[in-house]
Amino acid sequence: MSIIREEYPVEAMDFVTAGEASAQIKRMLKKLGVDPGVIRRLAIACYEAEINLVIHSDGGKLTLELNPDNVTLKSDDVGPGIPDIDLAMSEGYSTASDDVRMMGFGAGMGLANMARNADHFRIDSKVGEGTSIEMIFDIKK
Amino acid sequence: MTVNEVAQILGASIITKEADTAREVKGGYTCDLLSWVMAHGREGMAWTTVQTHMNVIAVASLHDMSCVIIPEGIHMENDVIEKADEEGICVLASELTAFEICGRLAAAGIGAC
Repeated sequence: MSIIREEYPVEAMDFVTAGEASAQIKRMLKKLGVDPGVIRRLAIACYEAEINLVIHSDGGKLTLELNPDNVTLKSDDVGPGIPDIDLAMSEGYSTASDDVRMMGFGAGMGLANMARNADHFRIDSKVGEGTSIEMIFDIKK
Repeated sequence: MTVNEVAQILGASIITKEADTAREVKGGYTCDLLSWVMAHGREGMAWTTVQTHMNVIAVASLHDMSCVIIPEGIHMENDVIEKADEEGICVLASELTAFEICGRLAAAGIGAC
């Protein structure tokens, strides 16, 4: 049973509010007194997930669960899915459009950066349906 | 060194109104790939970038950076500056190139984080 469970919808190609969910989550965890190191890692991974939803999906949501031992962040979208997850996980690989690259995104760092910052990282994707990512951040005792 | 002192070294104007200019600058960085900065940003950094859209502030804020420095007199929209103030991130506007900014900061003793 989670202590807190919050959902944050994220719209495709909405670069104006992109990052809002991550900022809200960061503020909330700060208020709750979660370890700053955990918050920092989670905020970075969360922003990467949020930007991926904006750039690559047809829309999705982030779900945050605060548990006694960890914080779990899920990203679920409807979208094209990822045909080759190993390739997508490799740094430098990106399918972002030129417009998105002009904004400074699409360096192909997102998924790898999420995996690096989370204590546990799992990704599932079905081509033509969507992608689900689960990241768990252990809370230090 | 504080954000205020950095602004003086660069002859830059501080275009945010409320963000804390006494904040300590712990190091410098320059990069225009936001995805790259997400992976390599550090707390307290003074980050120089030609990007001026809303997501620059999001990245700087998520990393708890000390300030963002916009080079070459590039214009930043008011709504982005307001967002920076909301998030407590100082934005400095400089006429210098990113290269000159890094050179001056390095000469003043600011290193990489």
